[in-house]
Amino acid sequence: MDATDTLSLTEHSHVTFPQGMVLDCGVALRRMDVAFRTYGALNEARSNAVLICHALTGDQYVAETHPFTGKPGWWDQVVGPGRPVDTNRFFVICANVLGGCMGSTGPRSARDNVTPPAPWGTDFPPVTIRDMVRAQKMLIDDLGIGRLFAVIGGSMGGMQVLQWAVDFPDAVFAAIPVATAAYHSAQNIAFHEVGRQAVFSDPDWYEGRYWERAKIPARGLAVARMVAHITYLSEQALTRKFGRRLQGAAKGSSAAIGMFGDMFEVESYLRHQGSTFVHRFDANSYLTITRAMDFFDLVTDHGGDLTAAFQGTKTRFCLVSFTSDWLFPTAGSRAIARALNRAAANVSFVEIPSDKGHDAFLLEEPDFHRMLAGFLGGCAEHAGLT
Amino acid sequence: MQDLPEVDASAPVRFVAKNMRVDLHLIGDMIAPGSRVLDIGCGDGALIEHLYRTRGCDARGIEIDMAEVTHAVTHGLAVMHGDADVDLAHYPDGAFDYVVLSRTLQAVERPREVLRQMLRIGARAVVSFPNFGHWLVRWQLLRRGRMPMTPTWDRPWYETPNIHPCTIHDFFDLCSREGYGVEQWLAADEAGRRAPWRRYPRLANLFGEQAVVLLHRD
Repeated sequence: MDATDTLSLTEHSHVTFPQGMVLDCGVALRRMDVAFRTYGALNEARSNAVLICHALTGDQYVAETHPFTGKPGWWDQVVGPGRPVDTNRFFVICANVLGGCMGSTGPRSARDNVTPPAPWGTDFPPVTIRDMVRAQKMLIDDLGIGRLFAVIGGSMGGMQVLQWAVDFPDAVFAAIPVATAAYHSAQNIAFHEVGRQAVFSDPDWYEGRYWERAKIPARGLAVARMVAHITYLSEQALTRKFGRRLQGAAKGSSAAIGMFGDMFEVESYLRHQGSTFVHRFDANSYLTITRAMDFFDLVTDHGGDLTAAFQGTKTRFCLVSFTSDWLFPTAGSRAIARALNRAAANVSFVEIPSDKGHDAFLLEEPDFHRMLAGFLGGCAEHAGLT
Repeated sequence: MQDLPEVDASAPVRFVAKNMRVDLHLIGDMIAPGSRVLDIGCGDGALIEHLYRTRGCDARGIEIDMAEVTHAVTHGLAVMHGDADVDLAHYPDGAFDYVVLSRTLQAVERPREVLRQMLRIGARAVVSFPNFGHWLVRWQLLRRGRMPMTPTWDRPWYETPNIHPCTIHDFFDLCSREGYGVEQWLAADEAGRRAPWRRYPRLANLFGEQAVVLLHRD
């Protein structure tokens, strides 16, 4: 299976920073690309910019047809004309994260100073959520935007929102971290590790140098995606969508069913999720980004006191969680809300009832969407945006 | 003997029904323009919006009912889901000029602790509560020997969220025990009309359906 070419051949619109960036790990990237998309128009005062931060396997194609998959943008229902993040009103920016595989510098990019050119692969230095945010800050500066009206993101995107608010409080008027936490929990790290081990155990992994043989560790990466996908859903959602329904077999008959075929619809669904994923995502990027999430810990970064991270902040926060999300449960958002209370910050905090699990932030959730629009509207009034 | 009132068992148990238009003005009048205000049990945020629109206050809220929180945030108000009994401890000392508790004191688990927290995180506290000393409450209990049911106290004893009812006298007594100064107070009927007897605590305790009190730390 050779999906590597599709990933490398597509040209994503990007900006190149020839000065590069020194990463948290100490390694200096000699040059750095940040691929991004924008929607709507920047106003004259440059005050209506909204940065969207994408999640682990998301990308910058928020509100348009994806160039590989041909599917609608991943937040099509949230970002667009007349949508909660209204592109008639706001200038929306989304950048592919550092370490990603959609045009920003990552393990698939050409390594610094190597001839003949070769990708970084597993030698790509470890990046942090903070590195991702600093790369985005360089992009924002490059676009001539001094202060973002809002930074919005779910899951790993929410981690970036928090990091933005902590590192550049004056550059963020409103922050909306959705379905996220101030650190990655032991359980979440554990699930990531299962995914990584699945990739490592694929015979096509070749110690991470799979591109040399025009291979991808497709089976391992697909299993990683399947495991992760379960954590994005909830038991209620799986029951509602699939129940115990059998795949392609007449009710009550077991004749056509093999012991290890696609017995249940839920199995077929997961296999489909796994196999489509490997064509659009690079395994080394997956490893790099899952590691960045695992290392995220704003509490430890601030001496065990999350309040210290937000001391004196003027940013208006809106934390959102979903009732059935067991990957980033409400308790994590509540802990952030309380830390913000201790810092006397302006914070709204809502838990949206949903049976869709962690994925709820990506799906049709009218209460969430109305609330997002309302919060942004209130903030726009306070920011003097007309 | 009167039949037990019909109760809609499916209705969520709420704090006493809020006549926000009444509290809005009575409480709003006690708050200086431009101040920082925290409204505990803010419901859909009507008071917060009132204080922001008419007095230019930086007003925020805590509310325990998630549907109300969603409603308030959807209207652009800074409201978070939280419980007065638990979440006030997470605010720093002196974070607000005023902390408001509107018709909620009688429904919290630990009213004394909530008051303490209010006057820790705010320089002043505005507390409104329904008066259990009102003559109709007294009369019903005396005449029928049963728990009173009035427009203000409108839930049967077995399902009321109002677990700590008090009279105006009781409240003043607690304030003096705790060392809180009463800066301003008034008693009013359900429609919010201030009565002429409002200067006399004894009459207010008999005829006032609700009280609004502005406290400060002594």
